[in-house]
Amino acid sequence: MKRTAAILLMTFSLAAFFIARAALSITGAGATFPYPMYSKWFDEYHKKDANIEINYQSIGSGGGIKQITEGTVDFGASDGPMNDEQLKAFQDKHGYAVLHFPTVLGADVPTYNIPGVTTELNFTPEALAGIFLGKITKWNDPAITGANKGVNLPANDIIVVHRSDGSGTTYIWTDYLSKISDEWKNKVGKGTSVNWPVGLGGKGNEGVSGLVKQTPNSFGYVELIYVIQNKMPYGRVKNSSGAFIKADLASVTAAAAGAAKNMPDDFRVSITDAPGKTAYPISSFTWLLIPAKFSDTAKRDAVKGFVKWMLADGQNYTEALSYAKLPKEVVAKEERALNSIQ
Amino acid sequence: MSTASTTLPSAGPVAGSRSFLSRLREGDKIARLITFLFAASVVLITILLVFELWQGSVLPRHKFGFAFFRTSVWDPVFEQFGALPFIYGTLVTSAVALLIAVPLGIGAAIFLAELAPARVSDTLEFFIDLLAAVPSVIYGLLGVFIVVPLMRQYIQPALKDALGFLPLFKGPAYGLGFLTAGIVLAIMVIPYIISVSREVLLSVPRDQREAALALGSTRWESTWKVVVPFARSGIMGSIFLALARALGETMAVSMVIGNAPTISASLFSPGDSIASVIANQFSEATGELYTQSLIELGLVLFLLTFMLNGLARILILATSQRGSGMGNA
Repeated sequence: MKRTAAILLMTFSLAAFFIARAALSITGAGATFPYPMYSKWFDEYHKKDANIEINYQSIGSGGGIKQITEGTVDFGASDGPMNDEQLKAFQDKHGYAVLHFPTVLGADVPTYNIPGVTTELNFTPEALAGIFLGKITKWNDPAITGANKGVNLPANDIIVVHRSDGSGTTYIWTDYLSKISDEWKNKVGKGTSVNWPVGLGGKGNEGVSGLVKQTPNSFGYVELIYVIQNKMPYGRVKNSSGAFIKADLASVTAAAAGAAKNMPDDFRVSITDAPGKTAYPISSFTWLLIPAKFSDTAKRDAVKGFVKWMLADGQNYTEALSYAKLPKEVVAKEERALNSIQ
Repeated sequence: MSTASTTLPSAGPVAGSRSFLSRLREGDKIARLITFLFAASVVLITILLVFELWQGSVLPRHKFGFAFFRTSVWDPVFEQFGALPFIYGTLVTSAVALLIAVPLGIGAAIFLAELAPARVSDTLEFFIDLLAAVPSVIYGLLGVFIVVPLMRQYIQPALKDALGFLPLFKGPAYGLGFLTAGIVLAIMVIPYIISVSREVLLSVPRDQREAALALGSTRWESTWKVVVPFARSGIMGSIFLALARALGETMAVSMVIGNAPTISASLFSPGDSIASVIANQFSEATGELYTQSLIELGLVLFLLTFMLNGLARILILATSQRGSGMGNA
């Protein structure tokens, strides 16, 4: 009995010794969309500075906002910016504000499965809104054929596919639809989860693309990175300058650059339907949610150091993982905003 | 206090001189207390669970009240929440699942218990136990990759041709929907019904069967008219076990039900169930009312399961008093 106790005591004190020596540990939680990117970043940053260990749990944007407001994590992450109500809740609880820092860009693309059609289709904003509102019901509707002269679209019913789970992807898509269609804005609105007028739900990007692949005459939206990595066909969308743009890393960055001129100081901006001839209209930032004040100066310096690295070296890792990088103007603005974290 | 032990002559009140055996008798009380605490902790956990669900859903309970059960709108943007489509979806898919699984399961159990040779019965039982242990996500994948295309290409059109005049089989054939979810659920719960029913049928005393046969009944008559009624309460227990699994099944259902909260008489229509919508929407739910409405849905599911289980208990009690061992119809 005495020997067991002695061994246990030794093990615990050794463990404690190692834990005490170990890194400064920062915890974050939130959006799932940028998780592969953040994973890579935190890993690279730890290699650069072995004393800092950043742990990130991808529990969803809603979870990220909740946990940062509760104060259980050091930073949060969200695909949609916090609204005024949520900002106020944070301010009321902590006495200081929470700041948004864009990290990478994402985009949604329309994907479809029409028997006999192999070309890339063009979609106008009116067509997209009409299809998802359930008002355009057949593939050979003039709203669609008008933008696709020369393509033989059948008279079949369109089967709409959307996300069944709450997601930043849905947020981007519905944010865009709310901007280009007043009817959508009043009837459905934007959010990570909405009351879809029509359509089937698939779980995750893989659920939607699986459904679209399997179901003839179907039409859905998926995340750009997903179609790039899975080499799926997708359509073009008409932007605010009138050009039909295919989503890729360059056109998404162009959308952010277009919006950078009018970027508010708190970075809470929607860049869907952004101005710019080459801008892809269904793009969006994803944000880190960082408190304006830290009680632990070591943590504050670690977080600031990471964001600074992320804005500089970190942006070089994005293209390899198919994430679009931030435009220079936004990076410069963020570096200035970093100074306001106390 | 223990009485004098029978193994050692007592040598006076020296500490530690009480024999092992006499300490063991007091241990009975300790054992009783400990096992009682274990049993009580289960009840305590259940009560705590209900309490947490109740507390966690305070906002929608105050805002919607009983309208939560009547409304069929689920709108996270404009913050209108109603549970009706999900309750409907849960009940319909479970009903379809049971309608398919109960005859198949009980028939298979009767075959395995009564009519098959022992070796066949044991081998098949092994496979059925394996099926029962397969995780539900696998059934979901089976549903998505095999059942859904089958339904869309062959079964739904065939049903439409044959029985399309019924409101049950109207509407486009997506492949997903209440019927597909019910079929996948049926595949998942059949092993439970077979397993338990077979055990129960095997435990019917031999003299019951022999008495029936001695009176001149055929093999089938003795099985159907004597053995099965004798085992009725156990078989019903297995059915309610299957129902409990069907009500709570999350992953497999959410992959094949279509995730469109609609109430429709047609089995081809896509729908949604309580477990499926909670699993899909909870992690990204922002806003107190939204999150708490999902928690209230959890409370609804709990109450539903509780009520159906209570019904099961009552039915089993009622029938076992009447029929077991008496052999009257």
